[in-house]
Amino acid sequence: MPKAILYDSTLCIGCKACEGACAERWGLPYNDRVAAEERISAHKLTAVETHGDKFSRRLCMNCLQPACASVCPVGALQKTALGPVVYDASRCMGCRYCMQACPFQVPSYEWDKRLPKMRKCDMCFERQSAGKLTACAEACPVGATKNGNREELVAEAQQRIAEKPGQYYPKVYGLNEVGGTSVLYLSAVPFEQIGLRTNLPNEPLPETTWRVLELVPDIVSTGTVLLGGIWWITNRRTEVAKKEGGR
Amino acid sequence: MPRKFPKITVWRAIFAAIMLSGAYATYLRVMYGLGGSTNLSDKFPWGIWIGFDVMCGVGLAAGGFTLVAMVHIFNVEQYKPVLRPAVLTAFLGYTLVVVGLLYDLGRPDRLWHPLVMWNPHSVMFEVAWCVTLYSTVLFLEFLPVVFEKFGLHKPLAWIHRISVPLMILGVLLSTLHQSSLGTLFLIVPEKLYPLWYTPILPLLFYVSAIGVGLAMTIFESWHSSRAFGRALELPLLASMARVLAVVMSVYLWIRFLDMSHRHVFGLLARNRIETWLFVLEIALVAVPTVLLYQHRIRMQPGKLYACAVMVVFGFIANRLNVGITGLEAGSGVHYVPRWSEVAITLSIVAAGFAIFHTIAKYFPIFEPEMHAQPARGMAEKEADLVAIE
Repeated sequence: MPKAILYDSTLCIGCKACEGACAERWGLPYNDRVAAEERISAHKLTAVETHGDKFSRRLCMNCLQPACASVCPVGALQKTALGPVVYDASRCMGCRYCMQACPFQVPSYEWDKRLPKMRKCDMCFERQSAGKLTACAEACPVGATKNGNREELVAEAQQRIAEKPGQYYPKVYGLNEVGGTSVLYLSAVPFEQIGLRTNLPNEPLPETTWRVLELVPDIVSTGTVLLGGIWWITNRRTEVAKKEGGR
Repeated sequence: MPRKFPKITVWRAIFAAIMLSGAYATYLRVMYGLGGSTNLSDKFPWGIWIGFDVMCGVGLAAGGFTLVAMVHIFNVEQYKPVLRPAVLTAFLGYTLVVVGLLYDLGRPDRLWHPLVMWNPHSVMFEVAWCVTLYSTVLFLEFLPVVFEKFGLHKPLAWIHRISVPLMILGVLLSTLHQSSLGTLFLIVPEKLYPLWYTPILPLLFYVSAIGVGLAMTIFESWHSSRAFGRALELPLLASMARVLAVVMSVYLWIRFLDMSHRHVFGLLARNRIETWLFVLEIALVAVPTVLLYQHRIRMQPGKLYACAVMVVFGFIANRLNVGITGLEAGSGVHYVPRWSEVAITLSIVAAGFAIFHTIAKYFPIFEPEMHAQPARGMAEKEADLVAIE
């Protein structure tokens, strides 16, 4: 059963307990200065943003069909059956195509290191594998971040909207965006007002490149026959011309 | 006895200045990482080392496969005199692309990883394999020059035996990765400005690469004729310029057809930086294309050269628009390369010119005895065609 996170912006009080728990889980320093940074980076894998009187939380969406994993030339990123998109730093060569491809601009890079790695949230893969909640969901004092099975969380999100239609913008962000994500958002206002990108196609992004890549065997086989054939014809023409005593 | 120093000329001084700044930028890159040597950021992870060094580098080296296909597969013998310089340019181009990658990759020591850690769903994986294999093909295609120089007849005969499959392989690999550089950007429909984002980006990249390969051949023939005091193969180049005009016309036509099908012409009414960059890019391709249809432009070395240079710049503008400027608004970032990024890019280009010059000086790249015969044939052909016109 694939896992997911449901973040309800209307419940979030902006206490940043999720940030602290996340930093602890990754062994990253967390202090007032880091807490004040309202964007994710290589040393802050989740961030609470303020949009007027609304809060929003950024973290890796752990897409159902992640662009990052599809573009990685060395397979350093993998979508697990459990839900998280995990990263194997020992494979990564630092091409940063994952960062370019990510529609949510999530992957961060250790720009100042001599042997840098990419960093991103992996939805606490090892915690969830052991049956525990993600660190952020466990830390959230008001239930704004909830961790569970994706199907159940989708149903719960839709139920919340149905029960209090006045409080919610009537959509679940992440349900269909780029084919669906493992992080789902509820909001009182349209999603672009809490900093989420709303120009995304519902088609999974890996399809866009695969449509071309899957033609490679056809191009190679057709090209070989065509080029070989043209060479044979043009050279035969020269041979015949030579035999007939030139032009 | 006084030692003899090389004469100091303006070009040598400029070259030395570029290489020195490149050396210092290299020091910054090695000691302080990408953060200390580039203006890249999490939201803008690719700069000019990818947008120019790799994307333009690979494209400008396309003359290698274009001419191999024309001379050896389509058997257009008269282009033979410019085949070797084109193959040399291509081989150097790919070598320099790899040098550029060593700067850009966060872990250059792992450049070889895609060869053993596979992900066939990745365009980058395909490009990595194609570029590796094609560089090997180019090396083998260039080897006969070395063998000839040192009179090694046995290996020369051996390499001639495998030359046809080798050339077909080279054309196929080039077809794949020239187009795949465009496919790379199909994954960012939400970031790349709609004047450039199109599902047929791979096709556009492929056709424009063929064109710029021809333009680069004209460009380097002109320069090497000046540098080495050779006669310019004008009729040959003029005939090639005809092909160039047709290829770029096809390119422009596909481009506009695609734009009309995607209904994006309306975007041109917006006063945005993207609009002006688009106009610049199209003008740099369209103007020389129209000019090259005229016989008297093609037959004047200076004008022919200017047209080729315009096509090259139009091509570079296109690749930079797709790889950098067209992504800025969608990424919400304004990127200007740091001086060290520019210094390294310029050093790579300067090194390319210098190495080409050195090899062309000491190896049989230009074959003077082969020029006379086919060139005359071409001149007559051009004259005939003019008569018909």
